[in-house]
Amino acid sequence: MDFVSGLRCRECGRGYPAEALHVCDYCFGPLEVTYDYEQVAATMTKERIAAGPRSIWRYADLLPVADAAPVDLGAGFTPLVRADRLAAELGLGELWIKDDTANPTGSFKDRVVSVALTKARQLGFKIAACASTGNLANSVAAHAARAGMESVVLIPHDLETAKVTMTSVYGGRVISVEGSYDDVNRLCAELTSEQPSWAFVNVNVRTYYAEGSKTLAFEVAEQLGWKAPDHVVVPIGSGSQLTKVAKGFDELWKVGLLDEEPSVRISGAQAEGCSPVATAFAEGTDAIRPVKPHTIAKSLAIGNPADGWYALDAIRSSGGSCASVTDDEVIEGILLLARTEGIFAETAGGVTIATLAKLAAQGVIRADERVVALVTGHGLKTVEALSGAVHPTATIAPTLEAFAEAMRDDSELTGAPVQRSES
Amino acid sequence: MSVSVRIPTQLRTLTGGAGSVSVEGTTVGEVLKALDAAHAGFADRIFDDAGGLRRFVNVFLADEDVRFLEGLATPVTDGQTVSIVPAVAGG
Repeated sequence: MDFVSGLRCRECGRGYPAEALHVCDYCFGPLEVTYDYEQVAATMTKERIAAGPRSIWRYADLLPVADAAPVDLGAGFTPLVRADRLAAELGLGELWIKDDTANPTGSFKDRVVSVALTKARQLGFKIAACASTGNLANSVAAHAARAGMESVVLIPHDLETAKVTMTSVYGGRVISVEGSYDDVNRLCAELTSEQPSWAFVNVNVRTYYAEGSKTLAFEVAEQLGWKAPDHVVVPIGSGSQLTKVAKGFDELWKVGLLDEEPSVRISGAQAEGCSPVATAFAEGTDAIRPVKPHTIAKSLAIGNPADGWYALDAIRSSGGSCASVTDDEVIEGILLLARTEGIFAETAGGVTIATLAKLAAQGVIRADERVVALVTGHGLKTVEALSGAVHPTATIAPTLEAFAEAMRDDSELTGAPVQRSES
Repeated sequence: MSVSVRIPTQLRTLTGGAGSVSVEGTTVGEVLKALDAAHAGFADRIFDDAGGLRRFVNVFLADEDVRFLEGLATPVTDGQTVSIVPAVAGG
């Protein structure tokens, strides 16, 4: 059984049953899942979690649906990697990368989709749908195939090739829309009224879907030995992930899984070409003005972020910061992470690393903090962004002479330069 | 100007279940006020105390967010469609 006590409007506090609802009927505010935390605390122990599956479902007691056989490709329990070489470059102390590139379809979206479709199936839905900037599309198509559900995925027409292929391969419907993500999102929000029997994971099932992101916080704490970090850097698209990471640490404390009350500073990362939250943070205002995105970080290109206010609030109340980085800095971030830690991130990961670097240089993120940066998607999804930025060191004839010539000036390799023997 | 307004599920209790309603007006604001006159209760649901749109209500004219146009003062032309859409979606 699950421990859900209901849904509650974040704006006006009205309560609702745990059905396929995502906004308050009265004021349109977002609905939030509420739990019976006393019951969770009585049930959820570190031992019970350790004996659970190596996936998000080890934290099922704090997820909004209970199912012995969830819609699951193995999302979550991704590596938390100590990043000493990157930390040294940035002048930081204890730095960790949460490597969510290791998820089944290569992004954190598997966490939210596994939860959303498990709940959707329980609610009786047969068709899975979504509006997506690509990563969600990949994940919905894959999980729907796994669950034997039909899928209808709507994407903007200008997505990266890999994201389109990685969605289409699963055999569902993929609708390419001539417009921006915000256009696709508006279309899906309207379609939800016309197709009430479809589970749009990030529209009418969004309340449950979003809860999946809490598992990022749960895993980080467990992997740090049931301790919360001091500072987390989170990329912002809609802002949902950031707010749920904050909720995740709070919940662990509420149900008694942390020995010390967490005090996690949460900082947001955006691309300069789509930075409505970072702009509002910088201007010290609550008013988030929607923008028309223009950035290579397409997975974060949401000009009208649904959870922008709440993300801003979570950042400010935690003592964190929010910054934006240029497309060139995004590329540098991708290369820096790859070069120092062997992790290849998509453009959103480049945004996170570049923002981490920027906030470290400003002294906002400090060397005495235990810092975790969320790298949420795999670099193979956005290889176009690196065209021209990386290339082979040399192209040579298959001879020892050619190899020696190509390597002649490479002083970084140890040992004598390669020479043809005289014998 | 006769304008068609698309109504989201959450507000269809006010229109007797209709997903689309035709009203008159020369601006988006007038159209929404006419909607409230025809189907009492709309103003309370979509406007805040200051008379602006509630924070989680998006309004589109011909599929463009009115915040990128002139907001509630945006002029409408005959036959256009105004959509009321819950803002919380996506991402």
